Amino acid sequence: MKNVLLTIEKNIQVGQDIYLMSLSGDVSEIKNPGEFVEITIPNYYLRRPISVSSYTNNSINLLYKVLGHGTKDLSTFEVGTKIDTLIGLGNGFDISKAKKPLLIGGGIGIAPLFGLCDAFNKQGIKPTLVYGARSIDDIVLVSELESKANVILCTDDGTLGFHGNVIECINNSNIDFDYYYACGPYKMLQFLSLAYPNGCVSLEARMGCGFGACMGCSIETTKGAKRVCKEGPVFEANEVIF
Amino acid sequence: MSNLEIKFLDKTFKNPIIPASGTFGFGYEFSDLYDINILGSISIKGTTLEERYGNKLPRIAECPSGLINAIGLQNPGVNRVVNEELVKLDKVYSDQIIANVGGHSIYEYTETVKRFNESDKVFAIELNISCPNVTGGGMAFGVDPETAYNLVTEVKKVSKKPIIVKLSPNVTNIVEMAKAVESAGADAISLINTLVGMRFDLKTGKPIIANIKGGYSGPGIYPVALRMVYEVHQAVKIPLIGMGGVTCAYDVIEMMYAGASLVMVGSQNLIDPYACKKIIEDLPKVMKELNIEKLSDIIGGRK
Repeated sequence: MKNVLLTIEKNIQVGQDIYLMSLSGDVSEIKNPGEFVEITIPNYYLRRPISVSSYTNNSINLLYKVLGHGTKDLSTFEVGTKIDTLIGLGNGFDISKAKKPLLIGGGIGIAPLFGLCDAFNKQGIKPTLVYGARSIDDIVLVSELESKANVILCTDDGTLGFHGNVIECINNSNIDFDYYYACGPYKMLQFLSLAYPNGCVSLEARMGCGFGACMGCSIETTKGAKRVCKEGPVFEANEVIF
Repeated sequence: MSNLEIKFLDKTFKNPIIPASGTFGFGYEFSDLYDINILGSISIKGTTLEERYGNKLPRIAECPSGLINAIGLQNPGVNRVVNEELVKLDKVYSDQIIANVGGHSIYEYTETVKRFNESDKVFAIELNISCPNVTGGGMAFGVDPETAYNLVTEVKKVSKKPIIVKLSPNVTNIVEMAKAVESAGADAISLINTLVGMRFDLKTGKPIIANIKGGYSGPGIYPVALRMVYEVHQAVKIPLIGMGGVTCAYDVIEMMYAGASLVMVGSQNLIDPYACKKIIEDLPKVMKELNIEKLSDIIGGRK
């Protein structure tokens, strides 16, 4: 973990209530895709934990959804604004687990999968990615994803891609994979872990600190209590007690 | 040269700054960030006789000037705390620590305290009779003077360490509680724990915290903490540890004016992991600005 001051380079709307923010600065502390950052938003007491969507040596992208007052304020921040940020939080994804990876994103859970695609691409692997959402308006940045992965889209209302949820879509698609990486709504991850135990899930939680001090985000696992912010946010699908 | 040393229960603290229980884990993880040996002491995560997972999620809700938490005393149980957590902490922190003890029954409190008797790492016990987040215990011991008196009396019988009783602000008369635990033999008092509060989710209309209510802490409770420390300082002879919404070195000075000998920093650790370090580094500058040579001179006000 490191406390850094990052500068906003871009903050644009890319979908319904979904924004893409690029920040520059010393982000060398980030080691793995799937880590998150805790950003300070003026006038709000707690920092906001936000998944790192993708990163380079000196920049990060945050793909975030406006859900409350804090993220609404964040969406109005102008280019050049400096943000106090804790980086290098959480364990992130372990890409060594898959030879034939399947990536699964539900809604805004697509965010960390951009960086995960990049990591696999560096290994010469173009992963398969199932990306589901409620409706066509909730699906973003498809062409960028298609440059990194073999993308299969699905929507609950059938307005784009396969008509159904990600689990129905996977069941229907005959995908060859040995391990999956999933991020999305709690229910999606719960049913996914029941249907397919051979993978990992990235969880979210309301956090106090984001670095293991307060026990505000501890979940129950088959190996005892674990903190989403410290031992997670990525857990083996079969260890989480949903 | 400003002097930050404080004598408290026959032990000399290099400065009065102590991370408050529940906001610093078992301490050792913070040593990745800075040398935690600069801390006056550490109050470790509230410990119970048996392992506890705590409450369901969500356990955290943001508030103006603070947060509500309902962790529910998640901890690995006293045996693992003594045999594992304190061993890890000992490798990165050379001084003694304060062991915060919670419980549901007098038996649970006394057995946990007995276990800590055996640990040289523990300087004193902070008896948590003010946790609002566990049912049938915790705060139930801290809102009735007679119940608190009985618990402290029993704990004093078995403890080989000094007993610091952590008081709840969720009472009509904090002075009455302080006097009760003093007369039961408490060696010191720490105050205040969190104020019971709640928040609702605007969209669902339901409480945000799974446990419905939780403990509110942060700068919002700071004036309440100051007032209670002040009142208790006027009423008892035993020394006090002040806490509640302390965010900076100036807050520490005020807390000591109110009557605190030592000062715990809580919620601020959660939004700034370097909070205690910054406060300790700022204290000499603030003392110089205010013409304070010896920090111990200002306990209970400037002479």
